[in-house]
Amino acid sequence: MIGRLIARDVRRGFTGAAWLPIAFFLLVATLMPFAIGPDAGLLGRVGAGALWIAALTAALLPIERLIEPDRADGVLDQLALRGCAEESIAAGKVLAHWVTFAPLLLLAALPASALLGMDGRTLLRTELALAIGTPGLAAMTVAVAAVTAGMPRAASLAAVLLFPLAVPLLIFGAASSGGNSGGLLLEAAISLLLTAGAPFVAGAAIRAARS
Amino acid sequence: MEGQAQDTAAQSTAPTGSQLRFSGVALQRGGRLLFEGLNLELRSGDGLQVAGPNGSGKSSLLRLAAGLLRADAGEIERGQVALADDSLALDRDLPLARALAFWGGPVKAAMDAIGIAHLALVPVRLLSSGQQKRATLARVAASEAPLWLLDEPLNALDAEGAERLSQLIARHRQSGGAVVAASHQPLPGDWRVLELGR
Repeated sequence: MIGRLIARDVRRGFTGAAWLPIAFFLLVATLMPFAIGPDAGLLGRVGAGALWIAALTAALLPIERLIEPDRADGVLDQLALRGCAEESIAAGKVLAHWVTFAPLLLLAALPASALLGMDGRTLLRTELALAIGTPGLAAMTVAVAAVTAGMPRAASLAAVLLFPLAVPLLIFGAASSGGNSGGLLLEAAISLLLTAGAPFVAGAAIRAARS
Repeated sequence: MEGQAQDTAAQSTAPTGSQLRFSGVALQRGGRLLFEGLNLELRSGDGLQVAGPNGSGKSSLLRLAAGLLRADAGEIERGQVALADDSLALDRDLPLARALAFWGGPVKAAMDAIGIAHLALVPVRLLSSGQQKRATLARVAASEAPLWLLDEPLNALDAEGAERLSQLIARHRQSGGAVVAASHQPLPGDWRVLELGR
């Protein structure tokens, strides 16, 4: 059942607006040179951090359609009746969200790095850091989506909740993009912690939303 | 996941023939006591109609029986259940047959039985409310769960749909299943009635 849910979410992600967060990501990266100025050295230095901010905001875009439509339409209830634990549903949602968002993001980081004048090594390290960080980002997004599901103005509330939570991931992700290998390990640890913990938070939130 | 589902179902199945048992169940919603000390038992072949005015807790009782709500007191034992309520829980952009196939079971036979086989290729978003109601009933019929929980099953159904539904229910009960239906209108056939809000 969870396998079918993942397949459905991935299909819906790609047939829906999977390109939208990616277009958003590229737009934010494009805006950076306009805001900072055309100094290639400066752009190269802040580039990795800018990509991280862009990735964070792009991950937030689909947050309203991760959990809420399935809650409102009774899909989560029907899954529970078929014996799926809310935690497994949430874990499936994390995986599906990651699949629809992270590979495209890693691909879009290539043109974005060119726009920011990043050199090859920085790009490689940033790609690695993004690959390690995106599971944590996806997990956190699903957890926040579950906590805010059904609330009025959920999207703005979700941003306010998500951004502070994303700070550790951002610090170590951006640091390891800059060539700090200790940062990479810490980023991996945080990403792992988020990925492991988020399904439990999301599961509890889904159950709490029923009563 | 599937394995775990069977485990929990096996643990919570009540002794032979019993599909659902409430012992001393109380439920509050929004600070209001809907019922307390509620005892009931459904055995194979039983049909229970939950009646009562709007807001008397009919839907909440079904959600309790489904395990989607927690009782404030008392115990509930049940096996596997299938629920048809107001929510459609089908992908709006998929053809009906594919959307139902997500939930598994003998979808074709169920669609046939409730009279929506000809809609198999129609996207779910284009269905009328009566056709949507039939689709949720088809999901229940395809679920192969022994206990059916139906919330206002006659709403939006035409006479032909109601007739098909009562045949479906009769067949399910004959083959050892049980049905709890919340409805403020009388249901065709032979039902025990539980009146709430009195």
